[in-house]
Amino acid sequence: MKYIEEFRSRELAAGLSRAIAQEADPARTYNFMEFCGGHTHAIFRYGVQDLVPANVRFVHGPGCPVCILPVRRLDDAIELAERHGVILCSYADMMRVPGSGRRSLIKAKADGADVRMVYSLLDALAIARANPAREVVFLAIGFETTTPPTALAIETARREGIGNFSVFVNHVLTPPAIRHILEAPEIDPAQAVRLDGFLGPSHVSSVIGSRPYEFLAERYGKPVVIAGFEPLDVMQSVLMLIRQVNQGRVAVENEYSRVVTREGNLRAQDLVDRIFELRPTFEWRGLGSVPDSALRLRPAYAAFDAERRFALTPKQSRETKSCECPSILRGVKKPVDCKLFGNGCTPETPMGSCMVSSEGACAAYWTYRRAETLAEIARRKVAA
Amino acid sequence: MSHHRHTDRIDLSHGGGGRATTELVRGLFQRHFDNPLLAQGHDASVMPRPAGRIVMTTDAHVVAPLFFPGGDIGALAVHGTLNDVAMAGAVPTALSAAFILEEGFPLADLDRIAASMAAAAREAGVPIATGDTKVVEKGKGDGVFIATTGIGIVPDGIDIGTHRVRPGQAILLSGTIGDHGVAILAHRQNLSFETRIASDSQALHRLVADMVAAVPTLAMLRDPTRGGLSATLNEIAEAAALGMTLDERAIPVLPEVASACELLGLDPLHVANEGKLVAICDAADAPALLRAMRARPEGAAAAIIGEVTAGPAGMVEMTTMIGGRRIVDWLAGEQLPRIC
Repeated sequence: MKYIEEFRSRELAAGLSRAIAQEADPARTYNFMEFCGGHTHAIFRYGVQDLVPANVRFVHGPGCPVCILPVRRLDDAIELAERHGVILCSYADMMRVPGSGRRSLIKAKADGADVRMVYSLLDALAIARANPAREVVFLAIGFETTTPPTALAIETARREGIGNFSVFVNHVLTPPAIRHILEAPEIDPAQAVRLDGFLGPSHVSSVIGSRPYEFLAERYGKPVVIAGFEPLDVMQSVLMLIRQVNQGRVAVENEYSRVVTREGNLRAQDLVDRIFELRPTFEWRGLGSVPDSALRLRPAYAAFDAERRFALTPKQSRETKSCECPSILRGVKKPVDCKLFGNGCTPETPMGSCMVSSEGACAAYWTYRRAETLAEIARRKVAA
Repeated sequence: MSHHRHTDRIDLSHGGGGRATTELVRGLFQRHFDNPLLAQGHDASVMPRPAGRIVMTTDAHVVAPLFFPGGDIGALAVHGTLNDVAMAGAVPTALSAAFILEEGFPLADLDRIAASMAAAAREAGVPIATGDTKVVEKGKGDGVFIATTGIGIVPDGIDIGTHRVRPGQAILLSGTIGDHGVAILAHRQNLSFETRIASDSQALHRLVADMVAAVPTLAMLRDPTRGGLSATLNEIAEAAALGMTLDERAIPVLPEVASACELLGLDPLHVANEGKLVAICDAADAPALLRAMRARPEGAAAAIIGEVTAGPAGMVEMTTMIGGRRIVDWLAGEQLPRIC
């Protein structure tokens, strides 16, 4: 814990705050996207915004696995639980996300579907072992950090011959999503935010390494700093990004070198590669269809693939009307721009995924900055 | 365990009102709880009318697991209700205990729970004056549920409640937060840490007695149980229609609890306590109150953690560890582990 406290020291933070203020050029703005919801959460939980000048802005990215799961995939999961008689195991974060018609897994559960909240995939495997006569499906979501545990569970199921276990795979990849944001043909250029650099993911990078971000510097001329999740990590990384911008340098730098290497965790990468392959395309809430941005099981593991095991019906899935989650996930709008924020949409009664997930941008504004966000919305109403 | 074999279990006859019920009550509960009020042996215990205002509170206890590091459901059922009495500034005088037992529950475990309750009540100096036992069929309970009611007397001149909270008053906390909730969660999840985290389950009425003696104008007391410190402060801020500002650095958290919360993705501000209290008093009295708290073992780690502000009403704000600002919100839904 001593180790963590050093990354939350008020004295060190004050020093970094001064250094950032000195380095930042008051004549310009700096827009940095923190890709990960984990970073958004750290920024808000510690009030990092209060320690950087107003012209240094955080643009919240789509790195929240709960938030970017499109409504149709969630509707599919609800169908698995309701119509195929399976035991559907899910992490708790997914339970309250509204699907079409504001249905959710927690409502399906209340109506009698067998939906179980699990803390780990091992719990889902244990449920499968204990219920050999039932089909058990794990709803797998997440970026590169959560994929290796899913791979491990599938290997375990195969080794032990657990025939009633399968996975509804929604694992997605970080670098293609960042590339998509930078190319984003469908984003209205008038709305587009000029991004001056990226705070790179912490945990994801511990698996994939820093190398997969090098194209951002080489091809798109955007600085990247891989940042740890502690507030001082974020501040140090912001300082490093401002220095790159001011010096006209474009590089992938690694602030989180106590964990992340250039090559990443090769064993985890091998494991994932053995079991998963690229999907040609995958739909992200907010980003739309993104090529090569998600994984599915290799044909050799088809028996564990819930999508092949159960015939899911095609459906017309719909986002909640007026919900700005899609634009917020692209970084072109903020929660304060959404008509529903605090006006029917709260963490208790979420209308969009960004308000449900503890890593969602709306949840962060609501939980940590509600007073000033609601005041700003009221001011705009008066002005209009 | 002279009266029962270890293999004995609760069956439906223990709740049937016949001989088995009487044997259970006499042989187990009365043996452990023995005191003059209970010895009256009536349906209701008769006690002299006390001077002063009476407080009354009740609490149902359904904790799982029943036995956990630092306590068990029995001690918790005594401490929880004593503390609710104490939060009115009152001196507790008597407790009642109602047991809902599930068919098949081991008598040895019930004996252990009753012994723990008796020890907690004796240590607190408060008799369990009356009780009741019911048995439900297997599958209709979770081993044992215990509901306790407490009564007590508020000394003259003491007036504690949200109506007395004013801007500028100081907010004090009696010790480290999160110990109970993390002890239970870690036990449930089979997590092991270098130091074993134990529940803080303890009676606070003696601490409160010293506090009201030191600062009779004490405005507010509450124990931050379910929902943690954040829920308690939000409740008070909302009821008083005032704001609060805390300093995160001043809030004591044991290092092992902080580590466990990091691992489980929890905020210690949201985690339950069973032996801590929040106090609010005029700023000028805060040093004297802090001294009185620190003089007792239950308040040894007490700290001034913030102040009441004029508003925004119902908002608890905090200066974070690094010096930024944030709101301290109610917990939405259930505390969830992080997923990535």
